[in-house]
Amino acid sequence: MSNQNMIRESRASRTAVMALMFLLAIYFLLPVYFLIVAATKPQRDLASTNGLAFSHFDLFSNLGTLFSRSDGIFVQWALNSVIYAVLGAAVGTLISAMCGYALAKFTFRGREFLFSVILGGVLVPTTALALPLFLLFSATGIVNTYLAVFLPSIVSPFGVYLARIFASASVPEEILESARLDGAGEFRTFFSVAIRLMAPSLVTIFLFQFVAIWNNFFLPMVMLQKESLFPITLGLYEWNGQTARAPLLQESVITGSLVSIVPVIILFILLQRFWRTGLASGALK
Amino acid sequence: MTDIAPRATRVVASTGGRRRHRGGGPRGRTIAAFLTPFFLPFVLFYLVPVGYAIWQSFLVVRRTGGQYGTSYTTFGGFEQYTKVFQNDEFWSSIGRIGLFGVVQVPVMLFVALIMALLLDTPLLKLKSFFRITAFMPYAVPGVIAAIMWSYLYSPQISPLVDGLKSVGLHPDFLGPGAVLWSAANVSTWLWTGYNMLIMFSALQSIPQELYEAAKLDGASNWAIAWQIKVPIIAPSIILTTVFSIIGTLQLYAEPAVLRQISSNISSTYTPNMLAYAVASGNNYQQAAAISVVIAVITFVLSFGFMRLTSKKAGL
Repeated sequence: MSNQNMIRESRASRTAVMALMFLLAIYFLLPVYFLIVAATKPQRDLASTNGLAFSHFDLFSNLGTLFSRSDGIFVQWALNSVIYAVLGAAVGTLISAMCGYALAKFTFRGREFLFSVILGGVLVPTTALALPLFLLFSATGIVNTYLAVFLPSIVSPFGVYLARIFASASVPEEILESARLDGAGEFRTFFSVAIRLMAPSLVTIFLFQFVAIWNNFFLPMVMLQKESLFPITLGLYEWNGQTARAPLLQESVITGSLVSIVPVIILFILLQRFWRTGLASGALK
Repeated sequence: MTDIAPRATRVVASTGGRRRHRGGGPRGRTIAAFLTPFFLPFVLFYLVPVGYAIWQSFLVVRRTGGQYGTSYTTFGGFEQYTKVFQNDEFWSSIGRIGLFGVVQVPVMLFVALIMALLLDTPLLKLKSFFRITAFMPYAVPGVIAAIMWSYLYSPQISPLVDGLKSVGLHPDFLGPGAVLWSAANVSTWLWTGYNMLIMFSALQSIPQELYEAAKLDGASNWAIAWQIKVPIIAPSIILTTVFSIIGTLQLYAEPAVLRQISSNISSTYTPNMLAYAVASGNNYQQAAAISVVIAVITFVLSFGFMRLTSKKAGL
């Protein structure tokens, strides 16, 4: 093959590759773009105007309606989601980190057994857990409280798995030894030395768990009847089910969906350095 | 079942007196203190419910003296499981989810792999833009994604339907034949980028020298991709497949949302929807048996797949 031909061929394949990737990018962006456009429209324009073109700009009045509907229940849902996800992921990350660290850095009998039990936990479908948990929780009266969603959310077997990998990769044995020689107890060593070395990877675990809780739908649906305890996902699902009877809710479902995803998407773009390293180490096995 | 908690701590505590091989290692009590904050909730909210579901699934509710007599719960052996396997709705939900998985998982992972390979070549510009757009749906909850897409499927509002109409097509995304694939599309939209990133991260950890050697031997980019890169990242592909199998068997939110606008999705459309519907009818023992069967199928498929592929790959 002549040099000229090779250049031409690589230019052609470059164009083909870019075209394919742009098509896929449009596919991924389309629903979000549609949502942004639809959230700016008055209800009456939803069906009557082109879904991909802006019409009357009513975003702020839509937001006003959304936040004031049923005494501001949407704000309560948003707050609940934040409580479940931020608090649950924070506690979950800490306990995963401690457990993963211990599994990586201490040798003791039964260690591999405990680790395989945790790995087995990764494979248990969480939806299959929700129903028996509901029965257990209703026997103890926890059903229909914040705790019913919060408590099961703090457990992340995948987080422990990641924490163990991270701890063995990023906490050198020598540093631990020297901390011990300086007379630091195991807890002090962990909280003042190890946890700092693990910090970037802990952000990853936090992010994964945050998303898992934020996106969870089945567990709150099984556990909660009281609307004031709902996370956003469950609240919007309920509203969406009522749109057949109350079509005016449609605009609030759309605006609410946008409000619920945009902050998380922004958070993810800002923190992409962290989840990328996390995925990399998760994939290394 | 309730004695798992003490047993787990006992395993740890029994190593109490032993010291580590090197230096003055931590004692068992310290180790237990590190493990307990995770293991206590893990046992309470993972192992106990699993055990409880298994126990429940072996119980039946019977009545003394006919239909209106007082009910009592008793051990029923495999009666609940027999009922599950004789239930037509169970088999059709399994068949549906099987069809869904057999099509959706390979399509999604193939697209993810192609994207990962392309992101790994110098052919592509704007890499971080493509990476972020593909991964963005991961931040969108399944329910919200399904709501977004359901507006794109709905004949009154959808710009897609309008657009296709103008070129003479009349798609019915919510029709009996199409709605399963409309749900599959939501899953694909949600998870392609996530899987792509797992594969892409694995590709990035391959040392560059390997490619240079292959290039010197005259290998084309195509050959390098399929004969070097793909086999090396096989473990990641297996990992994403296993996660996808688990995800498929758990399918709930997407069809549940589409059910709100389509009469072609029943309340027992997927195995999880069936379990929930049965539990809502207060038949917890039957719901427990269904949950256990779903979990066992998940286990068998994911472990089976891992075994099969790792043997084949000679790992």
